[in-house]
Amino acid sequence: MTTPDFPAPVEDPDSTPYWDSLREHALQLPYCTACGRFFFYPRTICPRCHAAGVEWRPASGRGVIYSYTVVRRAPSPAFAADVPYTVALADLDEGCRIVARVVPADAALVAVGSPVQVDYHDITDSVTLPVLRLRAAGSTA
Amino acid sequence: MIVGVADAALRKGVLATPATPLGAQAVTAAAALTDSGLSLRDVDGLFTAGTWGVPGSGQFQTAALAEYLGIDPRYADGTNVGGAAFEVHLGHAAMAIEAGRCDVALISYGSTQRSGGSTRTWALPAFGGQYDFPFGLPAPIGGYALAAMRYMAETGVAGEELAEVAVAARAWAALNPAATKRDPITVADVLGSPLVSDPLHVLDCCLVTDGAGAVVLTTADRARDLPRQPVEILGWAEAQSHWTISQMPDLVSTGAARTGKAALEQAGLALDDIDLLQIYDSFTITVLLTLEALGICKRGESGAFVAEGHTRPGGRLPMNTSGGGLAAAHPGMYGIFLIIEACRQLRKECGDRQVMNARTALVHGTGGQLSSSATCILSTERP
Repeated sequence: MTTPDFPAPVEDPDSTPYWDSLREHALQLPYCTACGRFFFYPRTICPRCHAAGVEWRPASGRGVIYSYTVVRRAPSPAFAADVPYTVALADLDEGCRIVARVVPADAALVAVGSPVQVDYHDITDSVTLPVLRLRAAGSTA
Repeated sequence: MIVGVADAALRKGVLATPATPLGAQAVTAAAALTDSGLSLRDVDGLFTAGTWGVPGSGQFQTAALAEYLGIDPRYADGTNVGGAAFEVHLGHAAMAIEAGRCDVALISYGSTQRSGGSTRTWALPAFGGQYDFPFGLPAPIGGYALAAMRYMAETGVAGEELAEVAVAARAWAALNPAATKRDPITVADVLGSPLVSDPLHVLDCCLVTDGAGAVVLTTADRARDLPRQPVEILGWAEAQSHWTISQMPDLVSTGAARTGKAALEQAGLALDDIDLLQIYDSFTITVLLTLEALGICKRGESGAFVAEGHTRPGGRLPMNTSGGGLAAAHPGMYGIFLIIEACRQLRKECGDRQVMNARTALVHGTGGQLSSSATCILSTERP
């Protein structure tokens, strides 16, 4: 995932705090101070109540797999060496849904509803992506 | 009223006459206008969407197309919500005509994605895409695969039932000389084809072809003097629930639930009044989710409905009678071809695949990653 055409996130004023938190291996998510809920992805207003009072707050990174797919055909040469790999939508305890790779990559271990913990994958010096680490049901790790 | 339709001839999925996306649209638009008894000179409303020419003049498609065609429309609409754009255009064009903003509307699409090499992807890691595409989520199939996996987990439906949609599409394509893939296939063929993005196999996916299509609308007054039996738009509705797949509230419940109900209400019809379905089939799962969202089948029962043959030739609710995007053609944004096939069926021009007594069709477009939905109710008779 470090080839020149790797589609690194194009950070912007909305997203920089998010990617910064990942670089620091300490997940933060946007939180609406008006309706008292986290939301994702980051925006200048809350997509539910449309208030502008957005704060960044630490998040647990705990969640469950909402759905997943095993990618067998790489969408670009950047991912050719990785196939097959598992990409999932995870519902975090904070009420946010994110896309990320699942580790370990063994698809046989993944199911809808599998508990996961956000971990951090430093792709380069400047890019850290979240990964969803499968955890045993009920564990706190 | 729809008074003319046309599509470009393909050979093995590429334009039979090599052309640019604009060139194919010009020839096809002229053919649709000839079909309607009108000419390009009459067109004063232009509706188009596409993926050609980006970055570049394709960022301004209504203007660039009008220029190429040598027309000067007084009304234009370049709404682009992916493959459902043309069902949206149909509704918008009907409204514009009703409002007196144009008298002759042309809806146009063209793509050379097969012959012209790969088009630039919209799946870039910027804006909402920065949260999806750095992970290697393929687009658009990744979003549909995630929906299919969730659907199967919630309902217990297996891949066999998804595969039935592709099998039924080939049964129709066998009757359509213009279809690209006419050989019959079995459920075992679909499940035996390579997985692309689990649980979707190659044969769960639409074709990748060239194509061009055009639809002409005009006022009821003008339609009376034209050669073709006019097709009326009795109702239509559109929805956009998200663009980025992580923002779709429920991956097994699409916007079709809202648009189907609203379009039927406007038409003053019920599902029982529908003789014919044209349902966007980007992937097999797209069809199952749409049949359920429209209320034609209960949750988890659409695969069995298709397997029982109800949507096949001779079935009680014929669906995707050209072979659809899975077997006839899929030039990137397929929605205009759903409208063209519905009109040809309602006008009784379909030869071996003609559905007897088809008077009223439900056409449903789906775009992006289950992102946009639009339903149109088309009929040759008023209720």
